Amino acid sequence: MSDIAFVRSDMAPSKPAPGSTTGVAAWLKQNLFASFGDTVLTILAILFVAWIVPPLYGFVIGNAVPPGGTVEQCRVENVGACWAYIGSEIEFFIYGFYPMSEYWRPNIVFALLVLLGAPMLIPSVPYKVINAVAFFLVMPVVDTILLSGGMFGLREVPTEQWGGLLITLIISVVGISCSLPLGILLALGRQSKLPIVKTLCIAFIELVRAVPLITVLFMASIMLPLFMPQGTSVDKLMRALVGVTLFSSAYMAEVVRGGMQAIGRGQYEAASALGLGYWKRTAFIILPQALKHVIPGIVGNFISLLKDTSLVYIVGMKDLLEAVKTKNDAIEWASPTQSVTGYIFAAAVYWVMCFSISRYSRYWENRLNTGHKR
Amino acid sequence: MASIDTAPRAPQRSFSLNDPFFRGIIYQAITAFIVIGSIAWIVNNTAANLKAQNKTSGFDFLWKTSGFDISFSLFPFDRSSFYWEAFLVGLTNTILVAVIGIFFATILGFTIGIARLSSNYLVSRLATIYVETIRNIPLLLQLFFWYFAVLKTMPAVKDSITLPLDTFINQRGLFVPKPLFDDQFAWVWLGLAVGIAAWIGISIWARRRLEATGKRFPVFLTGLAITAVVVGITWLISGAAMTFDPPVLNRFNFKGGLELPPELVALVFGLTIYTASFIAETVRGGIQSVSHGQTEAAQALGIKEGDRLRLVIVPQAMRVIIPPLTSQYLNLTKNSSLGAAIGYPELVNVFTGTTLNQTGRAIEVIALTMLVYLVLSLSTSALMNWYNARVALVER
Repeated sequence: MSDIAFVRSDMAPSKPAPGSTTGVAAWLKQNLFASFGDTVLTILAILFVAWIVPPLYGFVIGNAVPPGGTVEQCRVENVGACWAYIGSEIEFFIYGFYPMSEYWRPNIVFALLVLLGAPMLIPSVPYKVINAVAFFLVMPVVDTILLSGGMFGLREVPTEQWGGLLITLIISVVGISCSLPLGILLALGRQSKLPIVKTLCIAFIELVRAVPLITVLFMASIMLPLFMPQGTSVDKLMRALVGVTLFSSAYMAEVVRGGMQAIGRGQYEAASALGLGYWKRTAFIILPQALKHVIPGIVGNFISLLKDTSLVYIVGMKDLLEAVKTKNDAIEWASPTQSVTGYIFAAAVYWVMCFSISRYSRYWENRLNTGHKR
Repeated sequence: MASIDTAPRAPQRSFSLNDPFFRGIIYQAITAFIVIGSIAWIVNNTAANLKAQNKTSGFDFLWKTSGFDISFSLFPFDRSSFYWEAFLVGLTNTILVAVIGIFFATILGFTIGIARLSSNYLVSRLATIYVETIRNIPLLLQLFFWYFAVLKTMPAVKDSITLPLDTFINQRGLFVPKPLFDDQFAWVWLGLAVGIAAWIGISIWARRRLEATGKRFPVFLTGLAITAVVVGITWLISGAAMTFDPPVLNRFNFKGGLELPPELVALVFGLTIYTASFIAETVRGGIQSVSHGQTEAAQALGIKEGDRLRLVIVPQAMRVIIPPLTSQYLNLTKNSSLGAAIGYPELVNVFTGTTLNQTGRAIEVIALTMLVYLVLSLSTSALMNWYNARVALVER
């Protein structure tokens, strides 16, 4: 008898029950103290939070001077943010040099943007076509008449006096609404079989994408007047709008092209087999699928555009950031934390806008995520 | 009997607006007409405008003396220098800030991107907060913040804040010790070169051996050891010495050391922090794109933890990470033009700003500036396409 076999003759000792996998303690163990290295990281992170949060709280809330405070309160030592400064200059940050007696006009513009924009964004609200016509065709005309005036007995307000958040929003909304269609056209042109159209589109897209926006805006502000017939002057706001829109459309075109390339040949062939012509095929078969693929990219471009509006100071517009920067030098509010407060305020405004756009796009991604779920 | 011609014949093309072929020709003709027409119109207008303003054109201004000073340059520049030298100063300053920014943004971005994927709740949450905060605030605003709100409110020179390692920070910028190398140090550099050459040689030899025999060799550790030993020996034998020249506070300013102007510091800070948030997202996406099956397959093959990351996960993740990473590098380079807004003398500031104002040659100056960025971009994308073709998935 060989003894290579092993037969257990006594019972193995029973092991203790495994640790709980639910509850607070288990969660802490899994997520914070899984291993020695993890514990060290957690302690370091806690120390970091403890180091950064109390001073931050003290600055923003604890030692801060609330809106309505006086400049003397902001001039004491170790003062936090001077919200009183923001509170007293908020109108400049929103309207720029727009005449104070006419503030109701930008207010109507803001209200229209919300009243017509919100139903556009909520999918369950009906009458989308009428809404879109109102938003994209009627609203720009109404807004232009309202803001610039000069007719219907409204006082004329030149665009040089517009400013602050108003300008930031105008440039963003116009830029977003114009750059997407333009970008789609450019992308179609780039994919086109017509050599002249294709070459022109490629040249435009690559040229614009290669240079910084700041040079495009320089071009719009310095070279555009040279390009125009003598005696014509291009409005500064128009220069900013043209520059930002053209710049953004090149990036949009590349995103849309990516989406179109992700669509199989079969879709093109099926559409042609059904007898659809180029435009019908593009509009009903290709683009709906292509755009769905690239929502994150498109929204990413919208967000960059919104952030890039801060560069229009180059053509001489006083947008939100430029308005804040100007007021940060205001003597009457001179205090140690004046400029920090101003920039934190502007950053918060931009952040809220950009972050909500990205959240909204996340919502649409989930909504359109049909048929690809596993 | 009449013969019937059965050979297939190409359909006769008769002109019809419904024929896509002819319509294509018409579309192209219209496009070409519009484009050529507008270009002719613009050229015509520009010529008329220039004539009316009595302006000359041409690039001859590049060889005239500039007559302005530049606050920060890597090589001597003063009022008597030429405009082309101003152009070079702007270009080198742009490249300088881009290189420093790319270096730090890569380190910070990879750290944060990996931290976002950490299983440690607190660490990944902190990384998420960083990314979501920084990404959604305009870069220009961040630059203004660092420059006007932080660096410009630093104390005056005599009350400089002292940081560790003989570093001082004040309104005039950052003062760091300047490393000084003596003549013998050339030997150490030579030793370093020899060490690195040996390292490369070993890695080539190790790869050949791996392919021939399947035996592995610890290239990294050996290479590091050889380099360290060679450098150490040359350092000891040659008696080379490296000393630091620390900045010392005189009555009015610092003497010695290396002075980094606040504009440069703010720009590097802003670019690094902003771009790192985008790089972090790229890195996270790349690592997540490697399917979990790869990890499981590697474990099933009994590959060790470190090797699994190094040989299985990272190469596949890098394939996804590298293209967007390059475009982030390009973005950083283009974004460095925002330094113009805080007075850092880079290309746009020196050339499109001062030079254009002084010479009035708008078209030439802007064209030259755009050309620089165009060349930078196109060469980077060419390099990128080459790399992409090399690492692309070979499908059989």
